[in-house]
Amino acid sequence: MSTHAATAQPSYLVDTGTRKGLVAWLTTTDHKRIGLLYLYSMMTFFFVAVGIGFVMRLVQLTTFQKLITAQTYNALFTVHGVIMIFLFVVPGLPAIFGNFFLPILIGAKDVSFPRLNLASWYFFMAGAILAVLSLFTGGGAPDTGWTFYAPFSLKTGTNVSLAVFAAFILGFSSMLTGINFITTIHRLRAPGMQWFRMPLMCWALYSTAWIQLLATPILAITLALVILERFFGIGIFDPAKGGDPLLYQHLFWIYSHPAVYIMILPAMGAISEILPTFAKRPIFGYKAIAFSSMSIAGVGSLVWAHHMFTSGMSGTALMLFSLLTMIVAVPSAIKVFNWVSTLYKGSIDFQPPLLFALTFIFLFCIGGLTGVMQGALAINVHIHDTYFIVGHFHYVMFGGTGMALFAALLYWFPKMWGKMYSKKAIYLSWFPMFIGFNMLYFGMMILGMMGMPRRYYVHLPQFHTMHVITTVGSWFLILGLLMFFGALLYAIFKGEKAEDNPWGGVTLEWTIPSPPPLENFEEIPTITRGPYHFEQEGK
Amino acid sequence: MDWMNQAAISAEKSDAVFFYVFGLSVVFLIFITALMIYFVVRYSKKRNPVASQIDGHVGLEIVWTVVPLVLFLSIFYYGWTNYEYMSQAPRDAMAVKVTARQWSWSFEYPNGKQSKVLFAPLGKPMKMEVRSADVVHGFFIPSFRLKIDAMPSRTNTTWFQATKVGSFDIQCTVICGVDHSLMLSKVIVVPEEEFKAWYFGGENAPEPGKTLPLPATPDPKDLPRGLALMTANSCLDCHSVDGKPMVGPTLLGLYGKQQQVLVGATLKTMIVDEAYLRRAITNPMDEVVRGYPPAMPEASFTPQELDEVVSYIKTLK
Repeated sequence: MSTHAATAQPSYLVDTGTRKGLVAWLTTTDHKRIGLLYLYSMMTFFFVAVGIGFVMRLVQLTTFQKLITAQTYNALFTVHGVIMIFLFVVPGLPAIFGNFFLPILIGAKDVSFPRLNLASWYFFMAGAILAVLSLFTGGGAPDTGWTFYAPFSLKTGTNVSLAVFAAFILGFSSMLTGINFITTIHRLRAPGMQWFRMPLMCWALYSTAWIQLLATPILAITLALVILERFFGIGIFDPAKGGDPLLYQHLFWIYSHPAVYIMILPAMGAISEILPTFAKRPIFGYKAIAFSSMSIAGVGSLVWAHHMFTSGMSGTALMLFSLLTMIVAVPSAIKVFNWVSTLYKGSIDFQPPLLFALTFIFLFCIGGLTGVMQGALAINVHIHDTYFIVGHFHYVMFGGTGMALFAALLYWFPKMWGKMYSKKAIYLSWFPMFIGFNMLYFGMMILGMMGMPRRYYVHLPQFHTMHVITTVGSWFLILGLLMFFGALLYAIFKGEKAEDNPWGGVTLEWTIPSPPPLENFEEIPTITRGPYHFEQEGK
Repeated sequence: MDWMNQAAISAEKSDAVFFYVFGLSVVFLIFITALMIYFVVRYSKKRNPVASQIDGHVGLEIVWTVVPLVLFLSIFYYGWTNYEYMSQAPRDAMAVKVTARQWSWSFEYPNGKQSKVLFAPLGKPMKMEVRSADVVHGFFIPSFRLKIDAMPSRTNTTWFQATKVGSFDIQCTVICGVDHSLMLSKVIVVPEEEFKAWYFGGENAPEPGKTLPLPATPDPKDLPRGLALMTANSCLDCHSVDGKPMVGPTLLGLYGKQQQVLVGATLKTMIVDEAYLRRAITNPMDEVVRGYPPAMPEASFTPQELDEVVSYIKTLK
């Protein structure tokens, strides 16, 4: 760990070129700045969608229904889903932390194609703007749910075409980022950085990038077909014209199930970085975790039809997809065991990122186990398309990916901005967040077991008590979120200066200054050992 | 408790698997959480200042690959075999045609009898042949733990054998438009004799389960023919005939009125005439009344029925 000379390059946050301020940011090809562009835009979308979720919960306290009509409610859950999935959870960790840290973690100056990287962000923003436009133009906000099931999505008079086109554009952002990361990992690893010396975050991003590259085109084609069908009535999905709505569901989920792994794999990668740093010992079972990422990417591409168990597929298809779903649960279980074992005989320095990483493990376990319940056919017949599903995927997407994103943000915050946040404020925000989260989403799962279908504007009276409990939970959750991001925002402007290596980490990002210099490394390092090597020098 | 009510054999089959997986899940979650907390406390920096540098353990990796695999496979097998039972109707089951449309359910029995709620005899297998007349819907009876999608392209089947007398909710589970959450009905389970009395009792036999709460359905014989047609096609779920505001514009005073409609994204002003009424019923998405959601499904009237509906609307002044 050499000391960096004071004559070193300026931080990436300082404008060095001829362009200054906002223009410099909007034309940057620096992977770190692009990471932050993604972060700021995504957090904006995230809070818009949180706000929509807040209103949806209020509608379930029936007194609020004078303000929001059934049609508006249907638009709200569609928009909440589209924003959260396509603008936050799918691109979240890879676009923010993948961009910022992948090159640093493998000892590179930037990604392979920096200009393409900036173009990806513009595709992302173009898609986002089109999605927003679809709310206010044409026949009004789409009301089909984010799944756009045909033939309803073909028949509705709302602005489905534009919303679907927005998702089509967003797909390009995802694919181009995938190509960029795959190439970067293959070509730009520092000398001596063999595959099994890469930090596990890189393995996670690598497997994610392959899914992005291989699965996203199928979504793009499917959505293009929906648009063609709406404008020209080509009759691929509409049974009145000889099409098959089941075909739409297959094509949609062939992408959208792997997309779940696009969302969760980088989260798992971030957790695998955080745990060794705070346990001060190598990760338990490095290769098992690396291979389980790759096998999740592989087997995860073969389980899509478990979203369609009630659609009337053949018994053989049901049996096979249920079986494969159970098998894909194994690598996730392997990861959980390895993470917990990483704490064994460590020397644990309990800090906010570790708290959120452990919260991730707990919530992800609940999300994973309830996923196994749905994989079992006899249970699925009951809970399919109910609030149980809604509760379950919020445990995975929010409790999993969301908490991991928060943990990663806390972990790398001092590196990214060179500032430290108030740890006390973060601990304080954890309590309402954790309590509210479980009230809201566990409550939803109970509602689902009771038989409450999803996407309902009004509910039958027997469900009302649980709806009140979950709604109150959502208030706690939002309070926690506001405290959390309030503390981080405050720290960006007024935080104390952070050390270069505040957590005592040993991966490459902790060997460079905080915030990192423009080209990351004074000199490209030569790697001689594995990524989590904590032993004292001379031992 | 009402909500975990098991009212059919399928409910027992589904719940058995659920409690098996639930039990395993609770054990696993408590184990993992307790271990995490124990390690964090036991190996804290204070208690254990120097970490042991352990890279992994092949034996343990094998154990926690094989043990979850075996458990997951047992869950798969149990879930699959019970599902086989839940999905394969016995040969002597009475076949009921279930038709879903935006936003109502209708049921047709083998002898041609029809109903808006599903009548079922206690302890006898009933096979559901589910189909949609428009978009995808979901046929869901929570108390039976039973669900099958209603597709417009194919007939899906499921079956049940009720084990309790009573009235149980039917709900739609696939988003199908503005009144998705009002697409409700009931299964009325009655003793077999009562069901037979209705089923074989001809047109005037009283509906079974009268003591149970039923949604009010007006007798079509007392209504004008146009109104009866609209009631049967759920038009009145969204349009009132007395000026009351609902999801769609009221039909009272509509004929001859000046109206603003959206054609695509452009606004047009027009007088409602007979030609417009016909277009609005057969192609409702082409010209949508301003201020109302573009949500109306296409009605499937015969030309003669359409004449009757239009002439009835013209009388509403």
